[in-house]
Amino acid sequence: GCDGGEDSSLRYTLCKKLWDTIKEETESLQDELNRQILEGLLHFIKRCCSGPRHTAGPWEARMRASEIPTAALVLGVNVPDHDMTFQSLCELLQQSVTPHVACLQAKECGALKSLMRKVLERLVGSAAEDEEEGDTHPHPKGAHCTLATLCEWYETKSKKSSTPGKKRSSEEEPARPPIVIIFKDLEAFNPRVLQDFILICSRYVEQLPLILVFGIATSPSTIQQVLPHSVSSLLCIELFQSLSCTQHLSTVMDKLILTHYFPFKPNAKVLQVLVSIFLYHDFSVRNFIKGLKLALLEHYLNQPLSVLCCEKKEEVELNTTQLSHRGLESVRQLASFRRYVEQQQPQEQVALLTSDQHMKETCKKLLKDLYKYHKNYYPVLRCLHALTCSLPRVPLGKQIRELHITCLEGNVWEREEYRSAMQLLSRHYLSKLMHIKILCPHQVANNDSFTFIYYHYFLNVYKKLTLIKNIFDNERCSCFVSPEAKPETAANEGMTSPAKSMEKKTDLFQLQKTLLEMKETRRTKKLSGFEILRNEALDFIDALVRSHLVPPETQPLHEVCYYSSSALLRRHLNATPRTSIQTALSSPYHYLQNDALLTEDGGVSNAAPDLCIVHKLHLECGRLINLYDWLEAYATVVSAAEGKDPESEEYGKVDELKHARFIQAVSELQFLGFIKSTKQKTDHVARLTWGGC
Amino acid sequence: MTASLQHPGYDPERLLCVAEKMPCRVSQAGTLLSLMGEPAQYSYPSIFLYGHRSTGKSHVINTLLMDLELPHATVSCVECVSVGLMFERVLLALFGPDTSTLLPRSPSLSDFVRIYRQQAPLSPANQTRYIVIEKAELLRDMDSNLLPVLVRLQELVDDNVTVILLSEIVWDRFRPNTGCFEPLILYFPDYSKGDLQQILSQDIHPSYSPELYSAFINILLGVFYSVCRDLRELRHLVRTQHAQTPAGSGSDTNLKESDTHKLWRNIEPHLKKAMQTVYLRDVSSECSDVVFLSSGLSAHAHVELPYYSKFLLIAAYLASYNPARTDRRFFLKHHGKIKKTNFLKKHEKTSNHLLGPKPFPLDRLLAIFYSVVDSRVAPSASVFSQISSLVTLQLLTQLGHDDQLDAPKYKCAVALDFIRAISRTVNFDIVKYLYDFL
Repeated sequence: GCDGGEDSSLRYTLCKKLWDTIKEETESLQDELNRQILEGLLHFIKRCCSGPRHTAGPWEARMRASEIPTAALVLGVNVPDHDMTFQSLCELLQQSVTPHVACLQAKECGALKSLMRKVLERLVGSAAEDEEEGDTHPHPKGAHCTLATLCEWYETKSKKSSTPGKKRSSEEEPARPPIVIIFKDLEAFNPRVLQDFILICSRYVEQLPLILVFGIATSPSTIQQVLPHSVSSLLCIELFQSLSCTQHLSTVMDKLILTHYFPFKPNAKVLQVLVSIFLYHDFSVRNFIKGLKLALLEHYLNQPLSVLCCEKKEEVELNTTQLSHRGLESVRQLASFRRYVEQQQPQEQVALLTSDQHMKETCKKLLKDLYKYHKNYYPVLRCLHALTCSLPRVPLGKQIRELHITCLEGNVWEREEYRSAMQLLSRHYLSKLMHIKILCPHQVANNDSFTFIYYHYFLNVYKKLTLIKNIFDNERCSCFVSPEAKPETAANEGMTSPAKSMEKKTDLFQLQKTLLEMKETRRTKKLSGFEILRNEALDFIDALVRSHLVPPETQPLHEVCYYSSSALLRRHLNATPRTSIQTALSSPYHYLQNDALLTEDGGVSNAAPDLCIVHKLHLECGRLINLYDWLEAYATVVSAAEGKDPESEEYGKVDELKHARFIQAVSELQFLGFIKSTKQKTDHVARLTWGGC
Repeated sequence: MTASLQHPGYDPERLLCVAEKMPCRVSQAGTLLSLMGEPAQYSYPSIFLYGHRSTGKSHVINTLLMDLELPHATVSCVECVSVGLMFERVLLALFGPDTSTLLPRSPSLSDFVRIYRQQAPLSPANQTRYIVIEKAELLRDMDSNLLPVLVRLQELVDDNVTVILLSEIVWDRFRPNTGCFEPLILYFPDYSKGDLQQILSQDIHPSYSPELYSAFINILLGVFYSVCRDLRELRHLVRTQHAQTPAGSGSDTNLKESDTHKLWRNIEPHLKKAMQTVYLRDVSSECSDVVFLSSGLSAHAHVELPYYSKFLLIAAYLASYNPARTDRRFFLKHHGKIKKTNFLKKHEKTSNHLLGPKPFPLDRLLAIFYSVVDSRVAPSASVFSQISSLVTLQLLTQLGHDDQLDAPKYKCAVALDFIRAISRTVNFDIVKYLYDFL
């Protein structure tokens, strides 16, 4: 995006604003999702620090006096997301329970000694910063880091806080705040170290109110794998399970993508890339949001018309009126806009292409339409999803994101899956239909921005449905009570009476005949009132889908909001270092863009860098490469590049310079991991890759 | 109580009080006391106590030393990452806080002895000093001269000092090659069923009458004694099972005291359930009536993994348990028929699952991965990072050096049941690909 320096800054501010809102939204969402598990944990810790000694039954307390209360926090395998959870846990603990929290990571605790040091550093160090008073004697550097030292420190500390003069601000804090030690990644800890640490802790549990928190990525049974019984019997473990990360993703998508509040939209392919990275590779919601951020930045950077992609309507209008001639020209070049122009009357076409003023007005109108389109799109999408998500074999996908992607890709109603879903809806699942349809209007009503008219429509449907429900209930009742009593339930009667007669006749021929008869009656049977209404409702839903779930590509000016370069995103997020190295070595022109390197047949030219030549030559060898042969071949190639006469004596001679260049190239190749030295044969190196010429 | 604790050197009333604190261990305590002699008398240089976990070794010795107010120092070898730490704590406990600062940085054994000799006359003791060393088996991993010195420390420092070693293993396993002074050996036998009954009945719940509580303990022991004699584990069981009893849940308080039969009927199903999870330490909670908690730690073996991680794990499992030469047969389309019997060498005929996972190079893992996974996967960085994250999750283990360039080797560290559950979620029939199940 090098054109139009004037609106690049505007675009930057827009982008930043939008990102800030998204960030805020995701953070609050994160807190929301973590709240339950964190509150449970907090409650547990509070109970542990106050319970055993005072309130909860003294018997319980006595029985578990020697056990260390431990919380096992099962967080799932999306390790990158855990940091945030632990951070908020730490903050929460420090705010409400205890100032003594130590967070440990496996990589900094290789041995018991370093583990101890870290624990003491975190606990004593943080408190020392807290106090900022001269009288706290600094922790002697040379002293041994043991829990005994910690014990002493804790004693003086709690004595100090109990003297009235130095009361801390939070009055309700228990007199002996617990010491919480968090092991962020239990699996990665050295089992030996962990066992020893717990053994030591259990010796001090009488004097120190210790609480351990284990962060577990896989499953709670790892505790048993890591700790032998003699150690785990010292712990009193309570389990906390966090939300699964797929659920987490659904909520995030719900808030960020399936809403019209955010003007920025990824298109089907981009969304597919992001979701597949999540599902196939890392399960990390944080990485998903990062990917979204990258898409956002790319969109605002490379799409000059993203100035029109703003959150508020007024901003859109303002930016449209301020659009320069150049900006308008780029609007005119948009594919979707040209399509729109072609559909207009000739006069209108001329006006659009010549008058900037008229153009601006049209843009405003179109953008408004786009906004409206989004406003209608999501509620209808939700409705359709609510209807179809519990059908057998879920033809339209279980998750709403799948349905969303399908809708973005093309006309959903032309798909086989949609048709089968509708058929299923119209046939079997009457009672299910009832329940879900009643949900529908609520879904829509929750969306406050939904225009009145649609709300009205839905109310109408709702009324109809309740009517149907009543009839349905009546029919069912009558069916149970007395089938003959109500004349309008003829269909039911027809169904039940052959069934009754069937019980009597047992031979096969008769059975077949009755079945055929039943089929006949069903085919010719008149539609009941219920069915008429049901079909009406389904038709209505179908009409809604057809009018509102059209793919965004049909909308004029959709380029303003939709980011579409999925290949770029994939390249950035799912990097393939091997392939890039391979490309760089086999066709250096791809990166260097030097015309001298261009070859017709895709081979490597003589003028290529030494590394490429050496690589190309090594591909022709087997698993073991003779260095001298390699050098000879190299010298020949380089001589040709120097333009020497093939007949001359110098040709193909190895001089010092070539030798040095060759050695450098070979060691570079070794550094890249293509070859390694071997002891199998002298003067040979081993290839580490397969294939070749 | 069969024998009461008696010793001429101590006040009998105090001894009675001490004896009450250690039920079923009076005879051991009596032996110990007679070994230790009267406070002022010289004692035997070293005593070695051994016995299983939770047989009251530390409890007896610590109660004796504390309650009889004898000068002593207790250190645990787990805590002492260095010898210096141990010396420091011994000196600290015996001679006060100032002495430990006299020790130089990373002190040697002779430093310790020197300072001990310096200090001992300054605070002359008319009582035997005791040094109790818990988890003494770890001494063997420390300096080789430490243990021989400790068992005859009395001679070295020329003071009335006794070193008491506590361990779970027998002295025979301690004896260094060069031989050393033999300490007096005292064995702490396991508690008998009656002992356990007596000990467990002591921490009685306030809402019970003593008879009912001991009936409850009796039932519990009757069920669990055959599988579990560990006092600590039994205590844990008592606590978790207590919540299930009528008195524990507070529902039926008018249970007749003598009606053990009714009590049995009430708790039998819970006990049976607990029987399956003894030693597993299921999640204990004060509110154990919450349903999901009762399912426990062991029930949550399910692990969610990203799609490709699952296939990587499957590939790793196949690479670990199939001989490399059979890869052609499983992953090549036109492999021809290979008969199991004449195809393999003799040693490969034993089940690979009995032999455990074998290491495999990264290349083989990736080759199997690409042939197992149904779509084309770009060899992106995230596929490789998934391998290393599987290593951190301890589902794979990396062997040998960390050098990535030098063809790292891995082993698969998951069980067959686990991998079957994983492959079921991705519709992959792993049994078809396992050589052992051909």
